[in-house]
This record gives sequence, structure tokens and C-alpha cells, in this order.
Amino acid sequence: MSKKIATREAYGEALLQLGRENPDIVALDADLAKSTKSYDFGKTFPERFFDMGVAEQNMIGTAAGLAAAGKIPFCSSFAIFASGRAFEQVRNSVAYTRLNVKIGASHAGITVGEDGGSHASVEDIAIMRVLPNMTVFVPADAVETVGAVRAAAAIDGPVYIRLGRSAVPVLHKEGFQFEPGKAVVLREGKDATIVATGIMVAAALEAAEQLESKGIRIGVLDVHTIKPIDVEAIVNAARKTGAVVTAEEHSIIGGLGGAVAEVLAEHCPIPLKRVGIPDQFGESGAPAELLEKNGMTPRHLIAAIEEIITKKG
Amino acid sequence: MGEIDELQKKAREIRKHIIKMLGEAGSGHPGGSLSAADIVAALYFHEMRLDPDRPEWPERDRFILSKGHAAPVLYAALAERGFFPVEELMTLRKLGSRLQGHPDMRKLPGVEMSTGSLGQGLSAANGMALAGRLDERNYRVYVMLGDGELDEGMVWEAAMAAAHYKLDNLAAFVDHNGFQIDGPIAEVMSPEPVSDKWRAFGWHVININGHDIGQILGALAEAKNIKGKPTMIVAETIKGKGVSFMENQVGWHGVAPKPDEVQRALAELG
Repeated sequence: MSKKIATREAYGEALLQLGRENPDIVALDADLAKSTKSYDFGKTFPERFFDMGVAEQNMIGTAAGLAAAGKIPFCSSFAIFASGRAFEQVRNSVAYTRLNVKIGASHAGITVGEDGGSHASVEDIAIMRVLPNMTVFVPADAVETVGAVRAAAAIDGPVYIRLGRSAVPVLHKEGFQFEPGKAVVLREGKDATIVATGIMVAAALEAAEQLESKGIRIGVLDVHTIKPIDVEAIVNAARKTGAVVTAEEHSIIGGLGGAVAEVLAEHCPIPLKRVGIPDQFGESGAPAELLEKNGMTPRHLIAAIEEIITKKG
Repeated sequence: MGEIDELQKKAREIRKHIIKMLGEAGSGHPGGSLSAADIVAALYFHEMRLDPDRPEWPERDRFILSKGHAAPVLYAALAERGFFPVEELMTLRKLGSRLQGHPDMRKLPGVEMSTGSLGQGLSAANGMALAGRLDERNYRVYVMLGDGELDEGMVWEAAMAAAHYKLDNLAAFVDHNGFQIDGPIAEVMSPEPVSDKWRAFGWHVININGHDIGQILGALAEAKNIKGKPTMIVAETIKGKGVSFMENQVGWHGVAPKPDEVQRALAELG
């Protein structure tokens, strides 16, 4: 886990590579290309890159038209604007129409850091996963990001890819096969399972390792696809370990925690604890400070596991 | 019979379909459908390169009805043009119909973009125009906006982008009928001066009487010869045009005619 790469960096590289392979790939940005990392695509393929200025709604609508004419547009912006400012355009021009538009949503969650609460998207997973026809990927590292981008291009329909600003550990080896809708068992457990997504997967692995030394065996399930959610993998982990902690860099309402709660309530009701951002907005600070303040470090996950184990029947 | 006479006749047929289908549906938007009928007739029966047997033909011209609530005018034109049987018009707004309350591209052949949420059609048209240029196809893209729709901020984002990207393969209409749901646009939220705004955004602007077929054809011909910028055709129209008791009556924006009103309207339309 020595190497650290931001998922937005991996996104930019994967998008550029896709552009080399497929002339139908086009990219749009809303004046944030250097931050979202669509810039290199634009530099390499200027005729296939459209900077739409600070106008996210028009970016999404234009992408819908490009897709209707056979292109595969990737729209990049910060998650807060791509999912929030342009929500109704995503809803009506992309999801309702089932058009082949991909949304690369960077700077998601509180690890956007110093920019603060106006920019920290804590609700985008919830509002994207509720949309019919939408696929939602939240990659945990650079390797998964490359897989998610390639999978998105192969899917005929709308895809939302959630990306982070900060460098995060590379968890997967080269050659990892990203299968849309298939959660990855990173660690088998016995006493409880951490179901994690995005940057919290690394924290979950660290928590599980520390608990191992105390003789507590924790499974880690990496849910890189929030929609369609992998019901089978979640239910299997729940049946095997009898308790689940969810971990996400998102509000505990409506995101991974919400999705897992829905699955468990219907298929396998067991004790569940959701770790993530409590029902509040972000604020300015260093990413590590914000994760600490919001209770989202490996230490907090360990506390959640120890609590949930006492509730097992 | 000359072509203009033929197109006037088509527009009259379209208006009769609008009245009949709205009467059958029991709800919908007659005013803004009737005001757009002459322009839509000119597009579908003169201007646009289409093949109803191949609705996905890559070289076809595209039309987006951004003011999607005027769906009946689009459906009537598509049916008359042969995209689906005319009888199907009478299923408008009914459960299971391909003729949704607002146009749905996934349900009905010939519908290029699902619309209904105002302000989104021009952006989609821009995307189609950009794709046509990338693919070196010479199709043209047409889009119709309502004047009330100009209230939407996204319209102006798209206006800026179309001029920035010099989309001369795109021509837009504003159906300037002067009314929105809550009343006259001058009272609710004035978009004036409409033509100056589009000109200021970098568009070539043509002003016409939107019920004069000759002027509509002239504007479309002029638009094709404009290079380096998109064209906006601001069409002065009458809401409810062709049915005397609906003309300029804001109450007919979103209310369907009752059976006796259908008969009176059809009698007027001949």
C-alpha cells in the first residue's frame, strides 16, 4: 500500500487511453479540466474536447445530444456540480432518455478539503443511485478507476463515476478485473464485515488488520458499484459474519449505508452500523482532519465493529 | 396548387389533428401547439431531409421540440409524414401509448429528443450539431423554443455555447406567441428584447411572421447560407392560431377542448 494516486488522476489517464482506442469518445468539461484531469484528453484530441465554460447544465444537455448522435461523451466536473447543479438535466436529458452519457464526478466527499462545505459533495451517491437507468461506480483506487472508466465506455447507457481529489493508496494489483455490479471480497471474515466503498476501502482494510491482532476476524467487501448493488455478495457476507458496518465518504443517509440497509432489511436482517458523514455538510480543513472529525478513520471503524459485535444474536 | 398552398393545407391538417387528439385525450396544450403548426409543417413537409422508413438514418435532419408541451403539433406532423399511423394520434396521453404527454424519444419513432422539462432542447441540439460536424455529416439541426421558455437560464448557457462553437448547421425558432402559463410574458417575466438578446449572444437573427409560410421558407433558406454562426428565427405567432375562440386566450395554454368545442374548432378549420 505504499503508492498513492488520486482516483481523478487515474480517470484522466484512462480517459486519454480510451480516446486513443475509440474515435467516438468525446470529452466535455465545465472549466475545471485541470482539476478533473480531462485536460490531457483535451490537449491530445482538441477536436473531440469541448470546454463548456462554467455551465454544467448545458454541458450535460450537450452531452445528451452528442450521445443521441452516436458519440460516447464523458462529462467531467466536480461531483457537487455534476450531480447537484445539473441534477435535473442528468435526470431528464440523460437518465430518462437512457442516453450513452458518462459523468466523471471528481472532488467528491469531504476530502475535497480546504475548499469547504460548498464544494464537499456528501449527497451525490444518493441522488444518482435513485435515478432509473443510472449505473453508479465509486472506485476505491487507481486500478479500480481505470476499470470503472473502461466499463463505463462499454456500457450502453448513463454512468456516474465518483472520484476523489486526494491521493489514496493503490489496493489492487495490475491485472485486477473490474466487473460492474460485482463486489470484491478483499478479506474473508468470521465475526463481522465492513462493507466499504471509495476511499473508505483502504481504511476498512487497515481496521481489519488491526482487529486481527486482537483475534477478531473481519471481512472486507469492496463495493465499487453502488448501482446495481451486489445483493448476493452483501447477503453472503452478512450470513457468514452476522454483523455489518458500512463505510463511505458520503452522508450515511441514502448512499452505500442506505443501499446496504435496504438489502439487509429485505434479505437478511442483522445488526448494521453506518459509518460515514453524519447528517451535516462539510467544512474547510485538511482531508485527514476532516476524516478524523467526522469519525471516519480506521480507529472509528474499529470502535463501530466492537459495538456491533455486542449486538449480534 | 403551389407549394405554399400545399404547406398551408398541411398546417390545417395538423391543426385539426391537434384539436381532435386533445379533445380525445381530455388534457394537454392546444395554444402553443396551434401557434407552432405552420413552422412545423414547413419543416416536416418542405425543409427537412427525412426517411420515415429509417427514423435512425444517420444523415437525417433533426428537429427538437424544446417546448415539449406542444407535443401534439409534433405528433401530428410525424403521423402525417408517415412515421406512424395517423389513427394512433387518438391514443395521446393514454396508458400504454407511444404518444406520451411530452415527447419520449425511446417510445416514438421520429422523436429526436425527449423534452418537456423546459430549457433543455437547445443544449441537445448543440450536441447533435457538434456530432454532425465531427462526423463530417451535412445534416442540419432544428430546434423550437417557446418564448416563456426563454426564462430558463440554461437556454442562455446553450445560446452562448452555440455561438462559441460557431454552429452554423443549427437553426432555432422562438415561437413568440406572447403568453406563458401564468399570463402574458410581458406581465409574468418579460424576455424582451428577444431578438436583441440573441444577436448579442452572437447569433444571426431573422424576424418573421410565423404563420406566413413564404416567410418561414425564406428564413430557412437564409439560415442555410449563414456561415460561422447559428441562426435564430424569431417567429411572431398567435397563441391558439386558427381557432378563433382560442386565439390569444391564455386560458387555452393547457386546457383541452370539450366535445362541442372540438366541433366548433374543426368547423372553423374546415
